[in-house]
Amino acid sequence: MKTFIGSLIAGLLLALPLSAHAGNVTVKGSDTMVILGQRWAEEFMKTTPATKVQVTGGGSGVGLAALQNGTTEIAMSSREIKDAEKQKLRARYNTTGVQIPVAKDGVTFYVNEGNPLTALTVEQLRGIYVGDVTNWKQVGGPDAPIIVYSRENSSGTYVFVKDHVLDGEDYAASAQTLPGTAAVVNAVSKEKNSIGYGGSAYAKGIKELKIKKGNEDIAPSAENIKTGKYPLSRDLYFYLRNKPAGEAKAFIDYALSPEGQAVVTKVGYFPVK
Amino acid sequence: MEQGLTQPVVAPTLSPAARRRQLKEKAIAGFITLMAFTGIAALILIIIFVAKEALALFTEAEARHEASLSKMFLAQDVAPGRPAFRWQPVSKVPKVSMIPLFVGTLKTTAVSMLVAVPLGIFGALFAAEFAPRRLRELLKPVIELLAGIPSVVLGFFALMVMSTFVKDLFAFDRPLNAMVAGLGLALAIVPVIFTVSEDALTAVPRSYREASLALGATPWETAWKVVLPAAAPGILAACVLGFGRAIGETMIVLMASGNADVISWSLGDSARSLSATIAAEMGEVVVGSPHYSLLFFIGVQLFLFTFVLNLMASTWTKRVVKKLTGGAA
Repeated sequence: MKTFIGSLIAGLLLALPLSAHAGNVTVKGSDTMVILGQRWAEEFMKTTPATKVQVTGGGSGVGLAALQNGTTEIAMSSREIKDAEKQKLRARYNTTGVQIPVAKDGVTFYVNEGNPLTALTVEQLRGIYVGDVTNWKQVGGPDAPIIVYSRENSSGTYVFVKDHVLDGEDYAASAQTLPGTAAVVNAVSKEKNSIGYGGSAYAKGIKELKIKKGNEDIAPSAENIKTGKYPLSRDLYFYLRNKPAGEAKAFIDYALSPEGQAVVTKVGYFPVK
Repeated sequence: MEQGLTQPVVAPTLSPAARRRQLKEKAIAGFITLMAFTGIAALILIIIFVAKEALALFTEAEARHEASLSKMFLAQDVAPGRPAFRWQPVSKVPKVSMIPLFVGTLKTTAVSMLVAVPLGIFGALFAAEFAPRRLRELLKPVIELLAGIPSVVLGFFALMVMSTFVKDLFAFDRPLNAMVAGLGLALAIVPVIFTVSEDALTAVPRSYREASLALGATPWETAWKVVLPAAAPGILAACVLGFGRAIGETMIVLMASGNADVISWSLGDSARSLSATIAAEMGEVVVGSPHYSLLFFIGVQLFLFTFVLNLMASTWTKRVVKKLTGGAA
């Protein structure tokens, strides 16, 4: 027992200098991006084993808060930094931060597979989410009430849809909010008359709506999102306090390299380049 | 006395073994005291931390403007001339009414208590008074096992299985509503109420039962009119514990209630509870913003609720005990 404890203490003492080693990059933030970040870290560490990249989630706000508190080097965020957050950065570090778009994501609206509709205009979607349109009949569908699913109001996607679809207006009170895209997809797949939104999802039981623009129905395809033709595409960002340097720079350079961007496609998002 | 003046009192000499025992005793007592005070200190620190983060709502001008008490508890104009209670703290004009959250919390908690209290108490009464020994030995651990299921699993079960079933059964419009969340919550609190009630019922002295039966009462009359009232304080404690868990339970409500900030007493509508709001929004809120303080303020309110409830329950329990013992104890 004594030798065991002894070796444990020795091991901890040995590990101490390792954890304080300069070759550490911490990445924290958006849950949307956490899988992407982890894949990048894995691949990156294969080529540069001396550097340890730690990726944790928690949400865009959590990552940006950690950036303000100095507890992470890189913050992942699925939304742009808010003014309040910028001010904090300026107050503490005399910088407004550095924004680096690292991937693209398309926000898609899902309906149940049983729904005959395939495309809606942005105005129709706004009507549904603001609460002016409450029956599928009003947008050319069957005569049934619309069950509206949304994300919780702290989600980056919630804010994106609010800004880009609702023109800043408030969601209807009857919109139900669910924690996470997976919960929305699941709810939509089970409820025939429902609609929800989130990142492009590959799931059974749901259908991704195209966006009707003029005479054209634009699908949330890789090509349309990359070129920005799909109207509801957004950037996913890395935020740093200062210009990237050292190991962090090497990691970001890797993420933006052709190999890094190939990982983006594999994970299910879209490359920025 | 005189002797004491001339000869100072000397402590009786102890054998080394006795002295060692005394020291050990002291060390153990000290350790236990330390542990107790650590617990109390942790509790106080948590309260201070939560209250401190919420305090910004009242001290900072920006927060006072965005989330004043009147905005939290009175109707605000959502559209010109259309006052309403809304919870939309990330809107351009933040709306921070607590009322829909209260309604949602009350709705889900009420459903769960209506289901869990009778189920828990009658289950306990059955296990303690009527069940054959074998069945009782099976029943108790099975129900206690239910208490060990993580609430996120119960929430998932409510979301995946119960929602469609309940919707079809009651012909609700929405699969996620206060009813489903309440039933999910009931699953979590039945074991709490059952276990504590059962302990209280078995603790009733045997002589009470024997006296009642000897006077000619049937087993049912004995259980209902003698054992149950005698165990009332314990059973009330069980209900308070269950209520506390129901009001603070987060994961099940977050997953199964739909979380829409509607004000309605219909169980078929969605409900947004206080605790689920904290869980849903704390993850991405800007630290130090009015919204952040607001979430801590909700925490303070939840804390006050359970505190006041416990206070009320303990005074009531004292009265019941006094009545039952005729003021002897």
